[in-house]
Amino acid sequence: MLSCKHITTVQDMTAEDIAKILDTAESFIEVSERTIKKLPTLRGRTIINLFLEPSTRTRTSFEIAAKRLSADAINMTGSASATVKGESLRDTAKTLSAMACDLVVVRHAYAGAAQILAECMDSHVVNGGDGKHQHPTQALLDLFTMRTHLGRLAGLKVGIIGDIAHSRVAGSLIPALRLMGASVVVVAPPTLMPSRPDVLGAEVSYSLDEVLPDLDVAYMLRIQSERSDRMPFPSLREYARFYGLNSARLASMKPEAIVMHPGPINRGVEISSAVADSPRAVILDQVTAGVAVRMAVMYLLLGGVDVESAS
Amino acid sequence: MLNLLLKGGRVVDPQVELDQVADVLIKDGLIAEVGVDLDTAGCEVLDCTGRVVVPGLVDLHVHLREPGREDLETIRTGARAAARGGFSAVCAMPNTVSPIDSGAKVRFIVERAAADAIVRVHPIGACTTGQKGESLAEIGDMLAEGAVAFSDDGRGVQSAGMTRRVMDYAKAFETTIISHCEDESLAASGVVNEGAVSTSMGLAGQPAIAEEVIVARDIMLAELTGCRLHLAHLSSAGSAELVRQAKARGIRVSAEVTPHHLFLDENAFAGRYDTYLKMNPPLRTANDREALVAALLDGTIDCVATDHAPHGLHEKEREFELAPFGITGLETAVPLVVTNLVATEKMSWSQFARALAIAPRAALGLVEVKMASGSDADITIIDPEAEVKVEADRFESKSVNSPFVGLTLKGRATEVIVGGRFALRSGEVVSL
Repeated sequence: MLSCKHITTVQDMTAEDIAKILDTAESFIEVSERTIKKLPTLRGRTIINLFLEPSTRTRTSFEIAAKRLSADAINMTGSASATVKGESLRDTAKTLSAMACDLVVVRHAYAGAAQILAECMDSHVVNGGDGKHQHPTQALLDLFTMRTHLGRLAGLKVGIIGDIAHSRVAGSLIPALRLMGASVVVVAPPTLMPSRPDVLGAEVSYSLDEVLPDLDVAYMLRIQSERSDRMPFPSLREYARFYGLNSARLASMKPEAIVMHPGPINRGVEISSAVADSPRAVILDQVTAGVAVRMAVMYLLLGGVDVESAS
Repeated sequence: MLNLLLKGGRVVDPQVELDQVADVLIKDGLIAEVGVDLDTAGCEVLDCTGRVVVPGLVDLHVHLREPGREDLETIRTGARAAARGGFSAVCAMPNTVSPIDSGAKVRFIVERAAADAIVRVHPIGACTTGQKGESLAEIGDMLAEGAVAFSDDGRGVQSAGMTRRVMDYAKAFETTIISHCEDESLAASGVVNEGAVSTSMGLAGQPAIAEEVIVARDIMLAELTGCRLHLAHLSSAGSAELVRQAKARGIRVSAEVTPHHLFLDENAFAGRYDTYLKMNPPLRTANDREALVAALLDGTIDCVATDHAPHGLHEKEREFELAPFGITGLETAVPLVVTNLVATEKMSWSQFARALAIAPRAALGLVEVKMASGSDADITIIDPEAEVKVEADRFESKSVNSPFVGLTLKGRATEVIVGGRFALRSGEVVSL
């Protein structure tokens, strides 16, 4: 069990909660390696994936996690949901609540959506990404991946590189790393920085080349290439030249340091193909961890029966 | 009309250097006499012992939503809310649906107010046609029909050249231009103050500089053109400092601050996406809030104005980024100022009368009201000790979008007199 009823932000959790989620996820990794990838532990429980913003990867990850625990997982997506017809998010929440679901995963284009749901539903709420605010399960799977590869979290130095200002991934990962005793430096041109990165607990650098040799993790954020008016940098080419992780930059890092990315990656922009495909990049391990960590979150929030006896 | 004698109240009016217990005799809609122990014969007597009697309060910045959004507020209900809050007059901003940008539309407000409003309602006209910032609105025509000032409040004029044209043209009419100071290229899609809260809550921030660059620009244009300028809802320490410098240089500029910018700051969010804390300009830092209070107390900022902005519950219950900006203010302004500034002895009753009655009239060149014989009997009587529980179902306003609901405050208007007639009596709004 966790100390919180909902996971709307990283701050809902204590360091103990996070450690418990990561430990529990360890045992779920093994489930995903079996031929029969299913535990009966959440049989009869209903989990709704309320995805009001387009997402394939995250929704699929949550759906697989729920199904591997035998929960009934229902997807409600943006185009299919009532919100398009003008129903408010509160009314959608109350409607789902009236159907007696046990846990709702919500992905929404606007910040605070998970908080709205938590306020007007009886069920547990897990934030699957709200606007530019937070994406706490992404942070948890990232912590899991770092811990697996580097053996610890405390004392790590993590660089997060890219569009910090508009990143819910950074919004969750920075406080999560700080909570677990790691330090964080955010690296980007000033036009991609939030106004007060100190509030999140991060140091600031404008030079990737300066910070890379000190890092245990280079965490590359996706650069939105579709944005056009008043672009915060002159061109993708110039961005890649100063902030893209290529083989030459990778060579300046510690030999054991790893490269991470929440996906989907823009090859040739924030990360070169050679780096993305190198053994130093653990991007697919993050995806694998995502299923296990989300299983752990669902399991612990819903108070499933003991993992050992269930398996 | 029976003569009315306000007996034994503390009559406060710095215009006539008055702050003493006195009686006020009202005859034929005018103040006939102010003095001690006036003869009560032939008068209806209102015992004002323990009350403060000041010139009728004016809120020079309200949104009454009529015409167009009568579901949120009407001239009738807005005027009732004003009376309940202690105001004998309000100035209605022109950003209705559609904007008040012609003489005919001003006349509609004037006529509707004459028929429906329990307090005086002064229309403010748009500076530019449709408040689009592109071409001069018929300022002279609107003035002739009863507009008292001109503003593109809600969406300020972006072009410096257009603003200069508005001020140059308006100067001939000796009227006031009210600036909504917001550079949209800097404010962009910001929904809260840019800084700690925008960062931690993942919301687009609106920097204080978006306001300050327009405050500076419009002060310079006022100096150039000689037009009288009033700055609406200042929200930052930097804006207050610019006004201070402008006044020191002798430029004709006045400024207002809202109760919410005086008594709330961005710390009020505490991580909650509370849409009742969403307003434009946004709540800023504690440092800004303290600077605004100091600027009001030292006279740099002239007036308190509410920016009363009624919105529907269903609109405010949306996601924070989608919810409309603004809160209601008419019925909470006086208790908030009394509780936070007067009761704490930061503000004298004379300063209170200046900020809420005298300066608003001066800013827009409205008819002066003095606690002296011959003046219009527009008077507000305040019980400074009355306990005020702010309750949504007690509002006269049609809308309840106030972050102050639930507070217990001290000090409220018990009577409002408009031209010798009661608009509020014993704390209850009088029917027309």
